[in-house]
Amino acid sequence: MLTQETRLGLTSAETSAVRDLLGREPNDLEWAIIDAEWSEHSSYKSSKALLRLFPTTGKRVVLGPGYDAGVVDVGGGYVATLHIESHNHPSAVDPYGGASTGIGGVLRDIISAGSRPIALLDILRFGDPEKSGHSRWLFRNVVRGIADYGNCVGIPTVAGDIEFDESFEKNCLVDVACIGIAKRGSITLGEAKHPGDVLMLVGGSTGRDGVGGAAFASKNLAKGPESDRTSVQVPDPFTKKLLLESLLEASRTGLIRAMKDLGGGGLSTCLSEVASKGGTGVDVELTRVLAREPGMTATEIMTSESQERMLLMLDSSGADPVVRILDKYEVQHSVIGKVTPTGAMVLRWNGEIVADLPAKVVAEAPLIPRESRRPSSIPQAISPTGASDVEDSLLTLLSSPNISSRRWVYEQYDHEVGLRTILKPGAADASLLRLPNGSMLAVKADGNSLQSSLDPRAGAAGCVSEACRNVIALGAEPIAMVDHLQFGDPSDPDVYWTFKESVEGIADYCRKLPVPVVGGKVSFYNEDASSKRAIKPSPIAMVVGLMPATDRPVRSALHGAGEQILILGETRPELGGSEFARRVLKKAGGAVPVPDASSDSRTFKVVRRLVRSGAASAVHDSSRGGLSVALAEMAIQGGTGLKVDIAKVPGENLSTIDALFSESHGRFAVTVGSRPKADEILGRSRVPYSYVGKTGGRAIQFAAGNRAVSKIGLDEAKDAWENTVPRLMQ
Amino acid sequence: MRTNIAVVRFPGSNCDLDAVQALRMIKGVNADLLWHEERSISDYDAVVLPGGFSFGDYLRGGAIAAKSPAMERVSKVASSGRPVLGICNGFQVLIEAGLLPGALLRNTSLRFVCRWVSVRVENTHTSFTRGLRKGQRLRLPIAHNEGRFYASPSILNRLKDEGQAVFRYCDEHGRVSDAANPTGTIDNIAGVCNREGNVMGLMPHPERASEPILSPDGSADGALLFESLIGWLNC
Repeated sequence: MLTQETRLGLTSAETSAVRDLLGREPNDLEWAIIDAEWSEHSSYKSSKALLRLFPTTGKRVVLGPGYDAGVVDVGGGYVATLHIESHNHPSAVDPYGGASTGIGGVLRDIISAGSRPIALLDILRFGDPEKSGHSRWLFRNVVRGIADYGNCVGIPTVAGDIEFDESFEKNCLVDVACIGIAKRGSITLGEAKHPGDVLMLVGGSTGRDGVGGAAFASKNLAKGPESDRTSVQVPDPFTKKLLLESLLEASRTGLIRAMKDLGGGGLSTCLSEVASKGGTGVDVELTRVLAREPGMTATEIMTSESQERMLLMLDSSGADPVVRILDKYEVQHSVIGKVTPTGAMVLRWNGEIVADLPAKVVAEAPLIPRESRRPSSIPQAISPTGASDVEDSLLTLLSSPNISSRRWVYEQYDHEVGLRTILKPGAADASLLRLPNGSMLAVKADGNSLQSSLDPRAGAAGCVSEACRNVIALGAEPIAMVDHLQFGDPSDPDVYWTFKESVEGIADYCRKLPVPVVGGKVSFYNEDASSKRAIKPSPIAMVVGLMPATDRPVRSALHGAGEQILILGETRPELGGSEFARRVLKKAGGAVPVPDASSDSRTFKVVRRLVRSGAASAVHDSSRGGLSVALAEMAIQGGTGLKVDIAKVPGENLSTIDALFSESHGRFAVTVGSRPKADEILGRSRVPYSYVGKTGGRAIQFAAGNRAVSKIGLDEAKDAWENTVPRLMQ
Repeated sequence: MRTNIAVVRFPGSNCDLDAVQALRMIKGVNADLLWHEERSISDYDAVVLPGGFSFGDYLRGGAIAAKSPAMERVSKVASSGRPVLGICNGFQVLIEAGLLPGALLRNTSLRFVCRWVSVRVENTHTSFTRGLRKGQRLRLPIAHNEGRFYASPSILNRLKDEGQAVFRYCDEHGRVSDAANPTGTIDNIAGVCNREGNVMGLMPHPERASEPILSPDGSADGALLFESLIGWLNC
């Protein structure tokens, strides 16, 4: 049974490397362990070298990438922990179970850092819901899976991002990010630093579900996804809740030196990484692992990805108080071994050594240099202009599944449990959480796969720019980000080129803004094996922003009639990859919006000043759909109309279509009650701005100078924007 | 004199800390979080069963917690006339334990619903509503999957006659209507009490509506329920 099958994931170069490094032929169990840990999913062998380009330090960064979670200082002795995960392959075959267990995974990362999870974000990508019943089925069940799991464990799901594109038809993306909070001193690292420490496995029992999951995630989906369903783990949020509460209580004893969650690669990955990172070894008796079913082999135990398990490293003198707490919550536990000074990962079966591998060899797969080549298939610049009816276009955009209200989704998520959610989903550009030190944390995640497919460098930087804008719009200061990079098969040079461009784009933008990258994740092989079609490149950025207790956040809804409307930032003719091009012109191609970190940085400062001074009454960033959609959303949310002269929009040689629908980055729509205070701030800045109109009435009206361009009643606009998703999902 | 309130934490409770936090903001309250196995539950002046998914809500919302030894102690508190409040999952537990009438079914949408709604106060003679006005509109959030109250016609008539339907979902003008009913609950009922008025359960979360900063419109109507409770205990 443990023959070639178990090492299918390794290349021939890798199998020779293993033999060279060990100086011998590994046995079948050892092959299986190396196969799990050297999978792309666990080792980052295709991406690690490029990821070093990211700026990872900053005045608030406590811990950057490389651990279970990034850690940033939020003041008053507190830190926030951030992590992002995906469960794409499992969700494509079992959307409910896959989405649920994805949350389980990211929660464990936050808990193992010694922090309490306080918020979840979900970033979802599906095929076209208007055409594909399969995509609607995935969408419905992914949302339900997230809801049932997140709601049950009692962590609010506060924000996210959803995009529909036909390239996700077979390979949906289900990303989940989590934010935790802790006192600075209570952060633990997933390292076994102290020989003699006890290794205790706690939580769920180890079963045959998810066996080989990391290897599963490191290949393209086979023809019949149903055949892979046993590779999906079984969700159990109730056990997770008990695990979470018991570990948080146990960590207050001070006896837990380190924790490490069991995710992809199961015990193989977990044990080799804690030993390798800590510069130690481990000696583990596998028969002491609590098995869910009789007859499990050593290989199954080592590669099982059963959920809700955590490895604790305990001071050898004091397991008892920890055991008492675990018993109270009826959380299973078993001492499976100890930390040794040898550097070896020694596994025993009834005392007899069945595997003996240097932990560093297992944990550090050789990196694979990948070839990259600019694909010839990227559509060249076309000019996506042409006469089209503005009213029809705007309604088409407002009712686009990519733009319309997400209420159908976020109402299924408990976004309030924990008494921290100050600004809830739908109220503003980002959600805002109260922290125990009195400050507030704004959170949002964004991505744009269409633009990334046309220009991966600009598209990837653009999603960081957009997530920052969303946080800035409330008045918060971006302090850190985590990214999630999702692509097809990295051995395809065309795919790898898009990956490389994306990494460089993000690195460059973050360095200039600046905002540090404190963690992230890479997911390759998002391809459908039968059609050989990869997803569009899908980088995602989650940004967190800090706001002092004394500041008052602003929302995106208009505040009533008679206010001035201000547009900040320059509009350029950048319709490439816009929702207008996709949905109205039905053309791919054209000049994609290119974010400019230095001008963004200036604009962001002005927006924050406008909010902090009280001059701004509502702020909304311009993103999908451009300024027309941004303004329409503000009007719909506020129940107040507006009239705007688009000839006044800052920018050069803009057509009506450019001014309304271009998706240039770095722009905000702001309403201002009284001008003098705003003018003082604007006058001192070098940011392009213009007063373009006023709020009031019952319609969304655009004019170009004296020429009326469009007029849509508020109710009609509201119906298009609010009811699209509910109608699709009836 | 301080009022001692027990918030019972079952495995799977998840609004327990929130309830403690909201109660502690009320003057004169000592709120303790008690693990469900603790015997001292029956020594408290009042008991709150918080929201969440007790015992994973496997089987049915609240069904397993209702059979736990903790509920024998809670019953003792209830039968002595002391106030017992069940919020969301706590409401489900009280119904499953037979301390409140009716049943809670899955929402007609078959989806979890998390939303701020309005409820109208229909009875001001309970331990939790005596400080309120009949017909008063409260802004509170709901967050549940199984909150559609149901009772047979005879029980429903009795509930109405005795004023046991304490809260009903209404619109922003205080009108009870189908459009204002978020879950398909019978007669728009959002909360009920026992005949004596000392045991009450409701689906909305008053603990989430106890601070202006957490509500969309700056209200803090949830705190009014807790203040009523303290007022009742101290009179």
